[in-house]
Amino acid sequence: MSAVLEIEGLRKTYRSRKRGVRHALDGFDMRVEAGQVHGFLGPNGSGKTTTLRTLLGLIKPNGGRMAILGQELPHSLPVVAGQVGAIVESPQFFPHFSARDTLGLLAQAGELPRQRVDEVLELVGLRDRAGERVKTYSLGMKQRLAVASALLKNPRLLILDEPANGLDPGGIREMRSLMRDLAAAGMTVVLSSHILGEIQLICDSVTIISLGRRVAFGPVEQVLAAHSQGTVRVRLEAVTDLPKAADTLTRAGIRVGTEPDHLLLTGVDKPATVSRLLAEQGLYVSELTPVAVDLESVFLELTATAPVPGQHRQVDQSTKVGEPGTAGTGGGWGA
Amino acid sequence: MSLYVTELRRLFKRRLTRLLLVLLVLGLAGVATAFSYSSHKLSPAVVAEAQAKADADYRQATKDWERTVAECDAAAARGEKTEERYGPDCGRQWQPQPEMFDPKWHLPYQFDFRGEFGNFIAVFAGMLALFAFIVGASFVGAEWSTGGMMNLLLWRPKRLAVLATKLAAVLSAVLGVSIVLGALWTLAFWLIGTYRGSTAKMTSGAWQSTAISGGRALALVLAVAAVAAALASLGRHTAMALGAAVGLGVISEIGIRIAVGLAGVRFGDRYVLSTYAMAWFEKQWKLLDYKSCDFAQGQCNPKELLITWQDSALVFGVGTALVLVAAFWLMRRRDIS
Repeated sequence: MSAVLEIEGLRKTYRSRKRGVRHALDGFDMRVEAGQVHGFLGPNGSGKTTTLRTLLGLIKPNGGRMAILGQELPHSLPVVAGQVGAIVESPQFFPHFSARDTLGLLAQAGELPRQRVDEVLELVGLRDRAGERVKTYSLGMKQRLAVASALLKNPRLLILDEPANGLDPGGIREMRSLMRDLAAAGMTVVLSSHILGEIQLICDSVTIISLGRRVAFGPVEQVLAAHSQGTVRVRLEAVTDLPKAADTLTRAGIRVGTEPDHLLLTGVDKPATVSRLLAEQGLYVSELTPVAVDLESVFLELTATAPVPGQHRQVDQSTKVGEPGTAGTGGGWGA
Repeated sequence: MSLYVTELRRLFKRRLTRLLLVLLVLGLAGVATAFSYSSHKLSPAVVAEAQAKADADYRQATKDWERTVAECDAAAARGEKTEERYGPDCGRQWQPQPEMFDPKWHLPYQFDFRGEFGNFIAVFAGMLALFAFIVGASFVGAEWSTGGMMNLLLWRPKRLAVLATKLAAVLSAVLGVSIVLGALWTLAFWLIGTYRGSTAKMTSGAWQSTAISGGRALALVLAVAAVAAALASLGRHTAMALGAAVGLGVISEIGIRIAVGLAGVRFGDRYVLSTYAMAWFEKQWKLLDYKSCDFAQGQCNPKELLITWQDSALVFGVGTALVLVAAFWLMRRRDIS
């Protein structure tokens, strides 16, 4: 499969007399294959928006390599710009223009046919409100307009930064459906979002960034599987047998967590082993269920941003790849 | 080309541009209309009436003089001293002469196109410069502050070309508005001159001089628009241009005047921008150094320093070029975040 977007060793450093040197991007890598919906995740301040801005020529990198559709950036950006639709951060438009005017001016600047404006307005559900001034729009409507502006070029690569921000539940579902349809039509979509449930639902693959470095990447199922750690929930017919079962399994080298009415086992390659070990001791299993991890828990673990009671995490407190004792370096993924 | 047309369309779609254009037209029309009422055509009847008033004044003055001389003679005959009160020879030497009573004093004001239209070119340029400054600054500044510039750069990732195109759109719009309104302004004052004033002596040379004055005014207006747009781009906000203009005005017109006054600098006004603006419109502007005179010794002609329009061209040209170069340099260098 060919790569539509490639980033290797991207670096962006900010120097400030007050705050010293800060590496917004510290050798970041990313690869997005053609026709995928690719999730781009990271905590606040991790470098997501810096990456997208750098990719789109708004920020000059200090090092590294970027390419879109096989064209090296930023040198060839003017060549590929017509095939890349993007919204970066919150949508911003001139408040006194209508949506139709806004898109019409962009279409004219891009030498696109006027009817394309109506097509994208229809697509994002703004057809009936297109003549109203943008300043009267809700955040969700502005978001729809932003997506419409990104779709105007009918791009081969669509980059959307928080497209679901401000959308109502119906709008989020419509956005999800739109992303899927676009990908099915051959468009590659890079989606940056904090709504991890959405990402898990609609993305084929993900890249997770923390403190300017990639901490995980790959197909969603692969990333989830790599972090499921073989966790299995076990219930027995008699709750009173749980201590004995825990002892048996621990002796067999399985990590056991004891809960009031069940056990949580980790590091289990084959659940059948558990069943066999317990049966040999006359303990009969009533439930043996692999515990599925979701993207949110994987994200929180990888970026070390899970809330801790009594602590107030600061924005730059997350995982840096390569530091001792941090997650994200094992399991065949991560930098 | 499509970007240029788009930007031109965007400029005239803006509410501020339309509002300011309407205000500019109303302002110019107001000035021309008010002025047309203050000018009166000097018809033969008006001239004759003024002549009659001058003659009457002459006759009255002669009568008063004759009476005064007669009073003086009578006083002298009574043996009184008259010289102190009536002057030598009873003031006979001060007999009124007809040429002392100019009929012009009784004429109403009449606009003279050849002699005065230059002042109205300056008025026109001042109003247009204000329009150009606000439109130029807000067109670029508001685009930055509302994210329009970033959106545009996502479509056209050529920073210098985008800024240059926006600048070209502003300048060509201001140029177009200036030419159209300038032609109407000239026509309005030509009509005022024709029907309520004078258009005499408008030779081809006079028209040429008027055209050159208009050209200089236009150049200043375009420079103001360019500087406003460039300043707004430097600060990425309209307020940057407005703040810089106010700051420059305060520093140049008040601060520098006070400083050079305290320091006793000769021809201190040569460091003040408005001096160069005056020289630009008037072709030259004379500064006088009254400190070079000792009036106790009698009459004195103070030393002079002549500021020419070429000096103004140098000051304004270099200033405009510096701001533009800074704006393009920063546009190329700075991150857009």
